[in-house]
Amino acid sequence: MTVAAPPVAPGIAVWPILRDALLAGFVALVLAVPLVGFETVDVSGVGLGLNYRFGAVGVGVATVVIGRIALSLVALGHGMPILLASLAVTVFGFYRATEGDMAAGLVGTAAAVLAIRAAVSVWRRMPWPDDARFMAPGLVDGARRLAPTGFLALAVLFPFLPFVDQRVLDIAILVLTYVMLGWGLNIVVGLAGLLDLGYVAFYAVGAYTFGILGQTAGFSFWMALPLGGLLAALFGILLGFPVLRLRGDYLAIVTLGFGEIIRIVLLNWYEVTGGPNGIASIPRPSFFGMPFRAAPEDNETTFADFFGLEFSPVHRIIFLYFIILAMALAVNAFTRRIRRLPVGRAWEALREDEIACRSLGINPTNTKLSAFALGAMFAGFAGCFFAARQGFISPESFTFIESAVILAIVVLGGMGSQLGIVLAAIVLIGMPEFLRELNQFRMLAFGAGMVGIMVWRPGGLLSRRDPTIRLHPPRGPAAAGGRT
Amino acid sequence: MEYFLQQLINGLTLGAIYGLIAIGYTMVYGIIGMINFAHGEVFMIGAFIAIIAFTLVWMTGISSIPLAILLVLLVTMIFTAAYGWAVERIAYRPLRGSVRLAPLISAIGMSIFLQNYVQLLQGARIKPLPPLISGGIVLTEGNGFAVQLNYTQMIIIVVTVVLMTVFTLLITKTALGRAQRACEQDRGMAALLGIDVDRTISLTFVMGAALAAVAGLMFALYYGVVDFFIGFSAGLKAFTAAVLGGIGSLPGAMLGGILIGLIEAFWSGYFSVEYKDVAAFSILVLVLIFRPTGLLGRPEVEKV
Repeated sequence: MTVAAPPVAPGIAVWPILRDALLAGFVALVLAVPLVGFETVDVSGVGLGLNYRFGAVGVGVATVVIGRIALSLVALGHGMPILLASLAVTVFGFYRATEGDMAAGLVGTAAAVLAIRAAVSVWRRMPWPDDARFMAPGLVDGARRLAPTGFLALAVLFPFLPFVDQRVLDIAILVLTYVMLGWGLNIVVGLAGLLDLGYVAFYAVGAYTFGILGQTAGFSFWMALPLGGLLAALFGILLGFPVLRLRGDYLAIVTLGFGEIIRIVLLNWYEVTGGPNGIASIPRPSFFGMPFRAAPEDNETTFADFFGLEFSPVHRIIFLYFIILAMALAVNAFTRRIRRLPVGRAWEALREDEIACRSLGINPTNTKLSAFALGAMFAGFAGCFFAARQGFISPESFTFIESAVILAIVVLGGMGSQLGIVLAAIVLIGMPEFLRELNQFRMLAFGAGMVGIMVWRPGGLLSRRDPTIRLHPPRGPAAAGGRT
Repeated sequence: MEYFLQQLINGLTLGAIYGLIAIGYTMVYGIIGMINFAHGEVFMIGAFIAIIAFTLVWMTGISSIPLAILLVLLVTMIFTAAYGWAVERIAYRPLRGSVRLAPLISAIGMSIFLQNYVQLLQGARIKPLPPLISGGIVLTEGNGFAVQLNYTQMIIIVVTVVLMTVFTLLITKTALGRAQRACEQDRGMAALLGIDVDRTISLTFVMGAALAAVAGLMFALYYGVVDFFIGFSAGLKAFTAAVLGGIGSLPGAMLGGILIGLIEAFWSGYFSVEYKDVAAFSILVLVLIFRPTGLLGRPEVEKV
């Protein structure tokens, strides 16, 4: 069979593109028919009934076919028209989605992804003058140097900005908690290259340390904080010592299992942890012994009295904000320093090539153990803070999904990049808090995002997977530009 | 004694389900050396497709139970296999030859995605499957306790044995099986000798998913309830089974599955139901510490 020369545009082979798209559409159809096409519903008396949603299947398959054709066209260099068209579809889709049309929202999301892909292609094919290529890395480097200072200033001033109310501050505290957890996990995953899927277990250890001690022994937050960290580090060593000799993916599964064990124990050990009811009325942190209360109890000075302020519940929240900011910055400073020490360099070397390290006399188990224990300790600190902030903890807060979210922050931020983790935490934690309606799609997007990032940019968004030191410094502007 | 026998039967049934899932883990690990983290979710999807297929078959009015089960089995295997294929194609194939952590993270992402995909599409509530096959035979009776072997349990064990036999023949006797074993030993060399490595890997995922689909169907039959979260713990336990038996070894996966099923049944029968998962995971840790190659596995040689 011969296909007549298509009149569309010279140089485009229509048939292969079409065949590829139809094939993708067929696969999409097979995937969609059972789970999208039928919805199981409870029918009283009978048990199960079915709803039919073949319209949704049609929309999905059409999206896949058209998207696939567009992707082929982008790959052939027709990025510009596709970019414009997909942007139009994105805007239209999201506009319809705000009126409650979920299918349009999903089509819009698909179009947005396509638009990004087309934009990347257009950007790459743009005939930049030569000096623009040299300028861009310089600009990027300059921005990189200034960004941390700018972020720091913003973070310190944040509670006093005019638009910041209690709700925004609460979200900021939540985001900072995840930034701290991300930076802590970054030591384990980003620097030492150990995939820890049970990180939340150490967070739980920290939280329950304070919860139990605060409730039974009357420990204050500041007394429990170091204990929580130490206990979490101890758990890290206990778990890490036997399993860190294993290969990376075994470690991932064992840490996952360990996370589950901790959660099950918390759920079932009623006498100590309160089981599913958790622990309530955990004491709040005080400012050098001065509590944040409206009225002082038996001859104590409250924070507001001491400074001659009028009592406001926001004081406590601002105080909490600064505690977590200081804790997170401490983790950050610690990480930046330790990367320059022999042990930090050994972590990065182990990540790159374990066999070479062993040949050079680095003890892999001890080196990994130190990274594992330190990461666990920071999670323990963060857990103490979490308990103090919430005043209530239960095993609900420490599920595998929580570990996955922290891991997603580290991965999306670019493993090893400190600033990337901040951005990822803002995007992944902050945005869904503001857009509550999208909450049901949040985890779906999480998963798809993790796959997408790994497929397109295995290093993460802001990846700088460079070792801190190198034998030969990179030469010339080409090497500098090729880093990102 | 009767109680012991009953736990033995329950454990064997559970073990057969775990074993079928474990084969998927072990085959994929054998051929591309990575943990297919999304495999538990493929099992969960299999269970969902099975209950949807059962409901459809009911509506068409087929009243013969063996025919219905056979029909559902086929449909479930085909559609779930498509999911297995797509997971490999989307999340793993582009990452072949990438750094070690990348496919693992992508697999976790896939697992989260699939879980929420099913939750969004089918709802978060537990889906009940009305008991199809009731009754069973009483083996022995004593001390007021009857040891019962359900027909469901019999079907599960028989189907597992049949599938295992077919599968072993497939791996040892057919060209596809030979290609698989060749890829397992040396992918580069297999490619040089004219084996389509990508196709072989895809087929491995398809077969693993088809077996997981059978496991999902039997899970739905045995427990009668399915929700979007069953893949997580079942997947973890099946992986434990694969490691226990020696990852990369098919008989090992089945043996490991049965052992894990027995441990779980006896632990919940004699000690505590709450801590049965702790028992399974502790076994995983202990095996990895003392015998990382598993019961029937070969030691792994690390090369530069």
